[in-house]
Amino acid sequence: MAEDNKKLLEVKDLAVSFFTPAGEVKAVNGISYSLGYNEVMGVVGESGSGKSVEAYAIMGLLQSPGRVIGGSITFEGRDVLAFNEEERRQFRGNECSMIFQNPMTCLNPVYTIGNQLMEALTCHDSGISKDEARNRAIEMLEKVGINNASKRVDQYPHEFSGGMRQRAMIAMALITRPKLLIADEPTTALDVTIQAQILELMKELQEKENTSIIFITHNLGVVAEICDKVSVMYAGNIIEQGDVNDIFYSPQHPYTKGLLASMPRLDAEGHERLIPIEGTPIDLLNPPAGCNFGPRCAECMKVCTRMKPPYAEMENGHRSACWLHFMGNKGKEDE
Amino acid sequence: MGEKLVEVDNLRKYFQVKGRGGRKQYVQAVENVSLFINKGETLGLVGESGCGKTTLGRTIIRLYEPTSGRITYGGEVISDVENHISVNMLPYRRKMQIIFQDPSASLDPRMTVGEIIGEALDIHKLCASKQDRTDRIRELLDKVGLNTEHSNRFPHEFSGGQQQRIGIARALAVDPEFIVCDEPISALDVSIQSQVVNMLEDLQEELGLTYLFIAHDISVVRHISNRIGVMYLGCLVELSESYELCNNPIHPYTKTLMSAVPLPDPIKSRANKRILLEGDVPSPINPPSGCRFHTRCPYASERCRQEMPALKEYSPGHYAACHMLEG
Repeated sequence: MAEDNKKLLEVKDLAVSFFTPAGEVKAVNGISYSLGYNEVMGVVGESGSGKSVEAYAIMGLLQSPGRVIGGSITFEGRDVLAFNEEERRQFRGNECSMIFQNPMTCLNPVYTIGNQLMEALTCHDSGISKDEARNRAIEMLEKVGINNASKRVDQYPHEFSGGMRQRAMIAMALITRPKLLIADEPTTALDVTIQAQILELMKELQEKENTSIIFITHNLGVVAEICDKVSVMYAGNIIEQGDVNDIFYSPQHPYTKGLLASMPRLDAEGHERLIPIEGTPIDLLNPPAGCNFGPRCAECMKVCTRMKPPYAEMENGHRSACWLHFMGNKGKEDE
Repeated sequence: MGEKLVEVDNLRKYFQVKGRGGRKQYVQAVENVSLFINKGETLGLVGESGCGKTTLGRTIIRLYEPTSGRITYGGEVISDVENHISVNMLPYRRKMQIIFQDPSASLDPRMTVGEIIGEALDIHKLCASKQDRTDRIRELLDKVGLNTEHSNRFPHEFSGGQQQRIGIARALAVDPEFIVCDEPISALDVSIQSQVVNMLEDLQEELGLTYLFIAHDISVVRHISNRIGVMYLGCLVELSESYELCNNPIHPYTKTLMSAVPLPDPIKSRANKRILLEGDVPSPINPPSGCRFHTRCPYASERCRQEMPALKEYSPGHYAACHMLEG
């Protein structure tokens, strides 16, 4: 546990913009967090909240017209944004890998699964022999629960089912024993029973390999189950972050509260009407002045429409960006 | 309640596909399903992708012709393959409508919202004058929470949630009694889902609608449905009142399904003992013999491998198809 204090990844004021013909889209607008060794952080948010863009920035996978325009990313003391091509190539795969939402579009259909797994190894370790790489590939496939791995290794992605493809993706990501795994909606495209299998697998592997995971999803149930801490994103900002128990049992930000109240729950007693969050997500091309969530917030005050709210720090690293924490009821009375 | 609006008996739907060497093969999408839907209630259908829930929904309103079995609507037989009955559906289309999963794919990109909604009014000749038609379109847009000025816009100008509202307005245009909601919210963002769910509930209350609500998200189905049917590989394996089904499932597959749902509650979800299934859903082209679930069922016996279990009532209103329960 001593290692827990050391930071594996530290993101500070990261800002990513897309320079589109229609104008600048601030997809990620100054987010900060840190991730320790052996820690699982969940990033929740709706589509367009910037949760994937932030992960792409860490991996150096941002594509034009997207650009990191500010902030820093530090991985074990090294500045990720200052890496040259070769350093970045070594970083990707060796120290940090990523699994994506749709395994079919991420696996190359004309290479066998084994080929693709071995490629990850030989790319990062030129000394490894082909036989050895193949054995490692088979071993890894067994580890992610693919039966008959020595036969499966020579099959093509189309011969795998959806759940197995995602397992193969996980195998590919973990075969180089990275310290950080970024999982971008890894279970969204899967059925619940398959999702359950994959979640169990990820929990088990995380315990065995001590990998830190950034788990990006919009499914709060998945977050509750697998994550140690949670960052809630809305329109490019982390609006609340903290320990998983704090987020679920004492959410502070109106958006987080709203999300939790708007979800039907399997464990609910009887039938309660859902309390939706009114309105639609904001247009990032024309963000409102002040708090991005302001236009949809039931407790929006005057100050919210003018200035961005700062973080209110609470116990245990729990923090929430909302004027309510500073104004209390006073702000409302002013109106 | 109590009056059956839709009744389905031994419905089968097979799709012909070409196998290797041009041999004819059949995808057995819906296999021998019998159920009924009471007037004013919501029947939920859950199951994994490929289990036939969408096909069942579409076959009930005869967007697909059934391979065998009988469909009764409001006491009148609208299709009976064995007795060669197949009525003209046009008058029934006024009573049965459908809302599709992907709102952007189910709205014609070259038609304005007004045209999309008005088309149904024209087909059924529901409006006497142009003014009538415009008023009706406005009323419908208003009902689904859209601005009345939106009728001249095209679908791509709307967000996903708004597009789904257009789809709902189109379904409501003909004053239907029965609506098949085919995954109406799975393409929407979490914060928008609850808006649409609430709207569907309000409309049901206001207009006395009957829903067949198809979705893979069990929490949502449980929330909106009076009763829930669980499908696996084309078969209806369990059917019960929704609270009972979620809290007291009796079919092994339903039990697995319920335990697989992640709860948004860290303590509960970590204490949740999962029943994990081995492997994947078999192909519906060559489904397993006997009980279709036997290849993944932890309790499978010899009988399960040979004989398909029938849907039987185990407690009032709680049906399941499993040999194990028969004892």
